[in-house]
Amino acid sequence: MTLTLAPASRARKAAGRTRVPRRRATLNWIATHAIAVALSIMFLGPLVFIALTAVMTDHQALTSQLWPKDWEWGNFAEIFQKAPLLTWILNTLMYAVLATVFMLISSIPVAYALARLRFPGRKVATLLVITTMMLPPQVVAVPIYILWARFHLTGTLWPLIVPMLLGDAFSIFLLRQFLATIPKEYSDAARVDGYGEFGTLVRVILPMAKPAIAAVALFQFFYCWNDYYGPLLYAGTDTSHWTLSVGLASFRAVHRVQWNLTMAATLLAMAPVIIVFFFAQKAFIEGVKLTGVK
Amino acid sequence: MAATTLGRRRKAVPVGGRHRPTLRALLYLSPWLVGFGVFFAYPLIATVYFSFQRYDLFTLEPVGLLNYEYFLRDEAAWTSIRNTLWLVVVMVPARLLFGLGVAQLVTKLKSGVGVFRTIFYLPSLVPLVAGTLGFVFLLNPGTGPVPTILSAIGIPSPDWFGDPAWAKPGLTLLALWSVGDLMVIFLAALLDVPKQLYEAAALDGAGPWQQFFRVTLPVIRPVLMFAAVTGVIQTLQYFTQAMVAARVASGSTDSAGSVFTPGYPDQSTLTFPEWLFHQGFRDFAMGYACVLALILFAVSMVFTLFLLRQFRGLGEEDA
Repeated sequence: MTLTLAPASRARKAAGRTRVPRRRATLNWIATHAIAVALSIMFLGPLVFIALTAVMTDHQALTSQLWPKDWEWGNFAEIFQKAPLLTWILNTLMYAVLATVFMLISSIPVAYALARLRFPGRKVATLLVITTMMLPPQVVAVPIYILWARFHLTGTLWPLIVPMLLGDAFSIFLLRQFLATIPKEYSDAARVDGYGEFGTLVRVILPMAKPAIAAVALFQFFYCWNDYYGPLLYAGTDTSHWTLSVGLASFRAVHRVQWNLTMAATLLAMAPVIIVFFFAQKAFIEGVKLTGVK
Repeated sequence: MAATTLGRRRKAVPVGGRHRPTLRALLYLSPWLVGFGVFFAYPLIATVYFSFQRYDLFTLEPVGLLNYEYFLRDEAAWTSIRNTLWLVVVMVPARLLFGLGVAQLVTKLKSGVGVFRTIFYLPSLVPLVAGTLGFVFLLNPGTGPVPTILSAIGIPSPDWFGDPAWAKPGLTLLALWSVGDLMVIFLAALLDVPKQLYEAAALDGAGPWQQFFRVTLPVIRPVLMFAAVTGVIQTLQYFTQAMVAARVASGSTDSAGSVFTPGYPDQSTLTFPEWLFHQGFRDFAMGYACVLALILFAVSMVFTLFLLRQFRGLGEEDA
């Protein structure tokens, strides 16, 4: 394209030089945006098809049709009758809320100490936090399970909630990464103002760390909301102790329902995450960036 | 620098004595110190102990190296190792390449950046169980939209989660769909590359590809390495998607009971952590599960040590 234009434009050098890059920029714009639109369709497609199937009738869900003929909004009510969904949602909420609150209480001081206090062994402690964050939970699962079985707490969600009072490595690490970026002049200034170490943490550092705390709290909440491994391990066979994830995974088989109801329940499990994301997009994105630090 | 540290020392000593800062740090660290002991150090040692026992929560019997010998003969364990390796070798690089490609595309967009970034990120938020259920349905022959659309344009669709050869590729599609978190990390890294480097490269006559390989890649290399190693460690614990896909595709009626054998179809989705889970908490062969746990520990530790090297400078910066 540019080659064929070259001889003609040689005479009008100045004009040609501005026109060719502009045309190339337009083509570039079209190409990149076309790819972006195609990718968007691929990323959104699954969600759209899940939503469309969720409102199909039982009969249509057996066919390969893509668009619902009669919009069966009653599916969302019916799933609550097919399975103890409400109990599962309440269990999941209890797990997620308690775990998040406990995690914040226990992890913020730890992260503060690792990021802003000087003491021997600080580096070793930080590296141990990273190690426990990285190692698969399955590595130490057997003795911990035996421990909870001794306390007769297997078959409940407490083995997943109580340990959060003792800090969560991932949250500690993320908070530490953020707290370490706050210039120490702020701590010095707080000391000049007469604050002690604890006053500095509560009055000066915590307000500045609000975005990071929000991100960590959101991550923890949705980690619990999404968690399958933990509740599968501890919730046991009594469906009244199940969480939404565990119930959802066996929803179709146990309750002998069609894909439409399965997709309606799937949509229900996704909804809170997606809704909260639209309100707290910035906190999510900032949090994800913190996880990728060098 | 030196002046400020001196200033701090001079202030700290008269106020509270030499030991107070360390005591305070211990106090702040105490929840984690207890947690580390109870939920990491103790269970790690106990795992070694139990690996030499036969234990089913009721009777404990020392069996020497029997569990280790059984591992060498355990066909399913080796199948699960092969499957996990497959995921590490295929899924991790595929996610890295795709994530980097999408991030690079976002940097080239002139308009609608926020909207596209949100769309690309959104699927990574979808709960794993819900996303897996969605994909089993999407790829389900007969009722799923993907086989329907493929057959409409004349492409035969495999039986994905019902075919041992296609189940892992199906899981890989799911992993690519939820590449958003990687994309965000790569996007941040790409936007951090100094503009002057590109200008200098362009002046030297470097085209877009040369700029990518000579400028972009070397600068974002640490971020890529970090993502690669964490990706491997995460894939070593790959559990939920494989478990749910097998359960839903097989139509197994078992819920949390003991009849369900994971890995449907034909053990093709049986991952190492799944086998560990099954042995330890469904068959209650807890001693043997500890052998599997120690193997998982050894392999993950190799990659974790590699990561720790990247954090060598950590904690040395002046707080």
